[in-house]
Amino acid sequence: MTEENGAPGADGQEPSRRDFIYIAAGGVAAVGGGLVAWPFIDQMNPAADTLALGSIRVDVSTVAVGSEITVMWRGGPVFIRHRTEAEIAEARAVELGALPDEEARNDNLPAGTPGTDANRVLRPEFLIVKGNCTHLGCVPLGLAANTGDYDGWYCPCHGSHYDTSARIRRGPAPENLPVPDYYFETETTVKIGLSPEEADNSGWAVS
Amino acid sequence: MSGPSTYNPSTGIEKWLDERLPIIRLGYDSFVDFPTPRNLNYWWTFGGILAIFLMIQIVSGIVLAMHYVAHEDYAFESVQRITRDVPFGWLIQSMHANGASFFFVAVYLHMFRGLYYGSYKAPREILWILGVVIYLLMMATGFMGYVLPWGQMSYWGAMVITNLIGALPFVGEAIREWLWGGFSVGQATLNRFFSLHYLLPFVIAAVVGLHIWALHVPGNGNPVGLEVKSKKDTLPFHPYYTVKDGFAIIVYLMIFAVFVFFMPNVLGHADNFIPADPLVTPAHIVPEWYYLPFYAILRAIDFGIGPIDAKLGGVLAMFGAIGILFVLPWLDTSKVRSMRYRPLTRWFFIFFVVAALGLGWCGAKNPDDFVLGIEGFKFIYLAKFLTAYYFGYFIVILPVLGIIEKPKERPASIEAAVLGTDKA
Ligand code: HEM
Ligand code: FES
Repeated sequence: MTEENGAPGADGQEPSRRDFIYIAAGGVAAVGGGLVAWPFIDQMNPAADTLALGSIRVDVSTVAVGSEITVMWRGGPVFIRHRTEAEIAEARAVELGALPDEEARNDNLPAGTPGTDANRVLRPEFLIVKGNCTHLGCVPLGLAANTGDYDGWYCPCHGSHYDTSARIRRGPAPENLPVPDYYFETETTVKIGLSPEEADNSGWAVS
Repeated sequence: MSGPSTYNPSTGIEKWLDERLPIIRLGYDSFVDFPTPRNLNYWWTFGGILAIFLMIQIVSGIVLAMHYVAHEDYAFESVQRITRDVPFGWLIQSMHANGASFFFVAVYLHMFRGLYYGSYKAPREILWILGVVIYLLMMATGFMGYVLPWGQMSYWGAMVITNLIGALPFVGEAIREWLWGGFSVGQATLNRFFSLHYLLPFVIAAVVGLHIWALHVPGNGNPVGLEVKSKKDTLPFHPYYTVKDGFAIIVYLMIFAVFVFFMPNVLGHADNFIPADPLVTPAHIVPEWYYLPFYAILRAIDFGIGPIDAKLGGVLAMFGAIGILFVLPWLDTSKVRSMRYRPLTRWFFIFFVVAALGLGWCGAKNPDDFVLGIEGFKFIYLAKFLTAYYFGYFIVILPVLGIIEKPKERPASIEAAVLGTDKA
């Protein structure tokens, strides 16, 4: 700040017009920089078509009691298990306090819903969950190979055991396998990944 | 650079150019007449080797990119096609895949050299830090490159590593989705990894430029760790070190050729010859060998501390293991650079190398298997012990030993050390 231009306030006195111009220009440049950076960062988020590719229909009539299938949804596995009476009873007998993760982790219900088996299924006989271990994303083994110590799934990557409601019971995984948005379009077809209108009429309720 | 320039343009054209763009002068002063300590040993040749391998990766990579298809349905087959149908594709693909491993061997030897001879100490802190930046960029580049062939290890390695980022509190899941560009590792992920894998080597090349600039300010360190005091301590870079580096480069390339031609896949993993399948995880996910020590550190933290759970703790330890190298110049309190004159620290250094290799071994094994079949002695226990030593070396051993250790007597100068006129 020199007094060359005759502006008042050099030498620590009143702020000069030049100070004001510096700060204003600097402020505009910073905001402008941020505005330019944002599109370049945001472009990496899922694109509109990726978001739109969100739903599939699955015919579950061929999934016999006591068996399961794995379907691909949004680039990853979804487990659909047609549970036996015994498996349902086993899942329902568990006290909430015995669960490492007490939340339902159900996309159809509000966050924080208690993780009872009833809050994780729409129809008790069909358990439908996303199939990536909540630890580091491996696909746990199921009925075909190894159901672990709680008769659900076992993740061999680092040893996580899930129960017959696909809730984490032991091992490094922090959360239950999440339940995706879904509803039964007919007796035998499930729609996974819902539009907002469908989600409103999907029949889910906290129990 | 250091000292006045000794370049004398001898032809008219050189003179004309020198007055306009003194680029020949820059090259001459940096690589011909650059005064270099006369006592450099072969550990000092890895810098030149690294420069050659950066060029090999860039040239072979640009060729691969002419034939590679960054699409989840074609990537695997396009790499197979390169190795089978493209003329000399088998050679260029093998150079690139094995080149990455040889690049990392060289960088590790280069870094251990720095740790042993105290190359990170003043006035070379920035030089060292730029080296750590290059190393981090190499890790990122190698990781993304390994995803490109889209085999089972490519896919699941990407899955595990991106999921680690999901461990960060609050923002982790948003960042993970942002990295994926979708709801899982998929097409968007592959495509952007290709773009970045192409970009980063050029960023590395730029940082290498800064690294060499920072080197040419104080000049090279050397095995006795004394600074150059007079012209008698040095030799011109050319021909003395061009020849020495050249010899080392040729020997290293010969070993490289053995791998490229006779065992192109030994450093790879059999599962990466299975196309990526998002529905089936391989029985045992392992990263490439050069990440194994850090993978072992990641898994060694299987317990939470306060608000930090095991998953986040592992991630912090893994990044901390590299991050700590940034502050190393200020952790080592000793004024003596070379471990030749640090009788006690030297042993701790040797055990540090053993620990780093041991961590690599742990990273390759199942944490619950027994070490050498000794009942009850799980790899996870060994990994925990070695992880503790790894951090202890930097945080406790170097700061404390620098104060309490009595160094051995050092020669009077570099010249004296070489000519054995030490006693003077
Ligand atoms: C710092 C230098 C580099 C490193 C460490 C590196 C590392 C790697 C690695 C480990 C792979 C996987 C190879 C395999 O297992 O088959 C790979 C693949 C690939 N890289 Fe690089 N790379 C580098 C530079 C480049 C550059 C500059 C380009 C392009 C201009 C490039 C293009 C490719 C392509 C197209 C592939 C896929 C084909 C294949 O897998 O062989 N790379 N890279
Ligand atoms: S990914 Fe399942 S236990 Fe680690």
